Formats: sequence, C-alpha cells, structure tokens
Amino acid sequence: MSGGVQKHTILARVGHWSMASAILIMIGSGWRIYDNVPILPFQFPYWITLGGDKNLATVTSNDWGTGNAIAWHFAGMWLLLFGFSMLLLNGVITGHLRRDWLPVSPRAFWRDFVAAAKFKLDHKLGQYNAVQKVFYWGAVFCIAMMFISGLAIYKPVQLGWLTWLFGGFPDARIVHFVFMSLIVGFLCVHVALVALVPETLRAMILGRAGHEEPSAPPMPQSEVAQ
Amino acid sequence: MSVDKGLRTEVARRAILGRGLSLGALTMLTGCDISDNKSVQAALHSVSRWNDEVQAALFSKQRLAKEYAADEVAKTFRYNAYYPANIVSPIDPTTYRLGLAGRITDKRPWTVAQLQAMTRHTQRTRHVCVEGWSYVGEWTGPRLSEFLHRVGADLTAKYVGFECADGYYEGMDMPTALHPQTFMVMSIRDKTLPDRYGFPLKIRVATKLGFKNPKWVTAIWVTNDRPRGFWPDRGYNWFSGI
Repeated sequence: MSGGVQKHTILARVGHWSMASAILIMIGSGWRIYDNVPILPFQFPYWITLGGDKNLATVTSNDWGTGNAIAWHFAGMWLLLFGFSMLLLNGVITGHLRRDWLPVSPRAFWRDFVAAAKFKLDHKLGQYNAVQKVFYWGAVFCIAMMFISGLAIYKPVQLGWLTWLFGGFPDARIVHFVFMSLIVGFLCVHVALVALVPETLRAMILGRAGHEEPSAPPMPQSEVAQ
Repeated sequence: MSVDKGLRTEVARRAILGRGLSLGALTMLTGCDISDNKSVQAALHSVSRWNDEVQAALFSKQRLAKEYAADEVAKTFRYNAYYPANIVSPIDPTTYRLGLAGRITDKRPWTVAQLQAMTRHTQRTRHVCVEGWSYVGEWTGPRLSEFLHRVGADLTAKYVGFECADGYYEGMDMPTALHPQTFMVMSIRDKTLPDRYGFPLKIRVATKLGFKNPKWVTAIWVTNDRPRGFWPDRGYNWFSGI
C-alpha cells in the first residue's frame, strides 16, 4: 500500500452501514424464507438464517420462523432503501460518484485487472482503480436488481407489469435468487479486501484514514494513464 | 432444545466467529435469535403495521390480477391449511348454514342451495402463497361484492371478517372485499368444491396472499374493528396484498 488519504462524509458512512446491516438482514431472513420452499435442491443451514429459534416458532407460530423472517425482510427493505438513498444522495451532492466512480473504460479495467491478477496493482487509499470501479458499479446494479425483482415478487398484481418484465412470478423468484448469490459473492470479496487493507475500514467508521504526503508527486489516476 | 445441545451450539458458534470475518459469521451476528427478543418483535410488528398502510395505499380497486387461459390451469391444486389433508373434516351440506353478523341489514343465514343459486363467475388467476410457491387455479362462484350488496351490508364499513368451520379466521379491508376478483367460491374447474379445498364455501381473493383466502367459511361479518387473522396472529403481515 502506498499512502493516500481516504475520507468519507457522515452521510456516506450512515448510508454504508445502514445498507450493510440491511443487506445482512435481507440475506439472513431471505435464506429462512427460501428454506421453507427451496427452488434448488439444497437448503441453507438453519443457524446462518435469520428468523428466531425454529423450535420456539413451532410452538408460538406454528411454523419454522418463516413469519418472523418475513417480518425482518420487509423491515430490512426500508433500511436498505434508506441506506441506498443516503449513498446516492451523498454521491451526487459531494461529486463523489462523478469524481471517484467515473470514468471507467474497458481498457482501464483490463489493464488494472491484469495488474491485480499479478499482484502488481498498487492500492492508494481514496483512489479507486478500474477494477474497483467496475466492482462497485456491479454491486449497485445487483442491489438495484434485487430491489426491483423483490418488488415483482412482493406485488405481482399491483406491480404486475414489473412481474411480467421478469417473465412472471416463478421466474422473478429465480432472478431474485441469482442476484442474491452475486451480492454474496461481492460481500466475500469486499470483506476479504477490507481485511487486506484495514485502513479502509477505519475510514468507513471514523470518516478518515491514511496521511497526506505533500512532498510526493501525485499518483496518476488510473484512467489518466491511458 | 436441551441445555446441552444449546451449549454445544453456542460453543460451535463462538468457534466459527473466532475464525474471522466469514459471511456466515457476519450473518450470524444478526441471527443469534435476537429475533425472539420482545422489543425486537415489537419493532418488527410496528413496521409490519406501517407496511399494512403502504399496501392499502398501493391497492387499486380497478387493477386486476392477470387472468390465464384454461390450459394454463394447474392439474391439481395444492392442498394447504394449518394441518394435514387427512384430518380435514367434511361439512354436511344439509345442516350447513352461512351465518351473517355485524353491519348487515339482512342477517338471515344462507343454505348451500341459496348460495348456489347466485349468479356465478369464473376466474383463472395465480394463487401465491406467503411461502413462495404458487399455481394457476380456476375458481367459480358469485362475487363477494354482489353478496354484500344483496344482504344489505354497510359498504362504508372498513372491514369484512370470516369465521371457518376448522377454527381458522381471517379478515380483509372493504376495498379488497369489493374487488371484482374477490369471489365466494362454490366450485373449481366446473366441479363442486371438494372437501379438502373448503366445501361448501371458500373465499378467493386474487389480490392477496394464499392465507387470506379462507376455506370452510361458516360466517361473514362486516365491521369497523379490524378482524384478526389466524396467521397475522402468528406474526404474519395483516394486509398481505400482492
């Protein structure tokens, strides 16, 4: 790692952690709901799902915590919407989206991807390389698709046109499942990389990490180097 | 769950947590049965009530559930109740009466023959269960709105409630009760409603989840107090519109 400063506004941090908790709630409760009627030949282990004690639920609610999981799911939905809006708002009003998430070209992605594969990609706090940019845009896309396919499942009559776009109710469930899997994949890589560069976690909690290097020449931004 | 098993589970959990930040461990942080905590339950319930309001606002009297062609109807309808199919107890049509109560002018009970004499309609719509499964079914019977008009129900009241022979109970908002795809089902696929699907009377609501479609209905009442529901009493969302 070579220096740099990472700053996050309070809006970005509130947005990030709301969305992080919401995503864990959505995935955990979603797995409990899935387990009730699996669409693939497997179930998620009970202990990683969210929805209360299974045995207690059989007594109190005549199910395996599905009702509880659904209550979590449609509460998490609002938290997710809140976090997503905060991040979007922050990205637009501070110019973070335009400045740090753009531009991103296939060429820059390929160059940084090859460098990363050879472990030669330098990471500078506060500067996103093209692989990171594509990765983050991908995550935003997946979360948006998750929300839209979720609405298609939640309201197949009132939002029937949306359900139709996904090829009907049963197919919308599959789309919802596929994007969940992609988000789980993103989370694994995201958390692994944070473990490699723990300063980024510090920045996302405290708002700032790293230190200025006034004497060093500014690092060329990845896309400038094209 | 025995204490020993609980302890072992707890030890296993801690062992996994100790291994670092896996997704499983992260998910588990949220999943250590905090769901059963009283205040968490209360908070989830409040959000669920808020979701009732949002869904009621989203509901449109004009918007219809998609109708399917006859060949798209499932060969067999899935049985569903809070107990297995082999303990369904059939209702004797000769002694059956549909009771009426609450804000209704003519509260005389109805016989099966009287119900069958009403004008019938057919809908082929998708039954969506809260669990995620679904099928396209075909249901025939009078519209609930026609029935409510006929018995002189107060249509400005807020809710309609249902009582069932098996102890099940449900209720819905008046706008949904008056929706053109809310039926009093007397037959499915041109045959008298079989015992296991709710003979002699099932309420079919195309704009709500499956559990809002009560079977073996023995009483209907109109009220301004929100009727309870079997599953909503067990933590499920009350409005449950789709």
